[in-house]
Amino acid sequence: METIHLLFLAIAALAVVSAFNIILQRNPIYSAIGLIIVLCCLAGLFLTLYAQFIAAIQIIVYAGAIMVLFVFVIMLLNVREEESRTDRQKYLKFLAAPLFLALLAEVAVVIRFVNMPAPAIEDPNTAIDPSQSLGTVESIAHVMFTDFVLPFEATSVLILMAIVGAMYLARRDSGEGAERIEQALATDAAQPPVAVHEDSGH
Amino acid sequence: MIPLSWYLALSAVLFTIGVVGVIIQRNVIVLFMCVELMLNAVNLTLVAFSRFLGDMTGQLFVFIVMAVAAAEAAVGLAIIISLFRNRETLNIDEADLLKL
Repeated sequence: METIHLLFLAIAALAVVSAFNIILQRNPIYSAIGLIIVLCCLAGLFLTLYAQFIAAIQIIVYAGAIMVLFVFVIMLLNVREEESRTDRQKYLKFLAAPLFLALLAEVAVVIRFVNMPAPAIEDPNTAIDPSQSLGTVESIAHVMFTDFVLPFEATSVLILMAIVGAMYLARRDSGEGAERIEQALATDAAQPPVAVHEDSGH
Repeated sequence: MIPLSWYLALSAVLFTIGVVGVIIQRNVIVLFMCVELMLNAVNLTLVAFSRFLGDMTGQLFVFIVMAVAAAEAAVGLAIIISLFRNRETLNIDEADLLKL
């Protein structure tokens, strides 16, 4: 049992407790905090796996941008404490426990039978060519812009579509807006003659 | 050196908690967070295999998964907002318009 094992166990325990916190809390804002803690724990585990860039992105994009979006929506909708949980799907809870146990059994099997030695990796701090080391920005960019250019470009199209779709979905009902514009145009069209008339009066 | 099976086990446990959350939670925002939790559990598996195979492809997949998750969060939360506007509720059981 080395220090790194203890570190892993501590981070893993925190992650699991926070994950339970997500699904058991009644108030969504506490669930969001639990998810943020899980994301930070996973960023720490990525560091132990020589994935520095992914760990940084995890904090910036996930814990930073996506979770802020979540918290913003929770605040915007002003969610109350979940009024009188109408449990129409009561049987689902009885489904959840066996499912959980079955998947835990799978985990036990994985722990028993999976074993793979880790290949030695050049330390990124002292590597002569950083693109040959695992997890550096150079190496991830090398893979991204050679073998996986097409998925990368497809991702950009996907994000563009997501922006347009989100704006379309979240706008206020369009009929009202269009009517208001038409009314404004109509009044604008009606105003000038009056103004001209006043001018001509001088 | 931490063995691979530890990472896989943690990832499986987190994924399971996400599945259980989707089953027992009725709040649509928390449901959405459980989906994010499952995506992250898979990300951990991908990064762990990337390390133990010495191949960068796994980390690139994680990068793309994050981009997809960001897009999904933006669209999903917009859907939640319009659902709340029309139904005045966040309970997933209330959104049964397509149910016979």
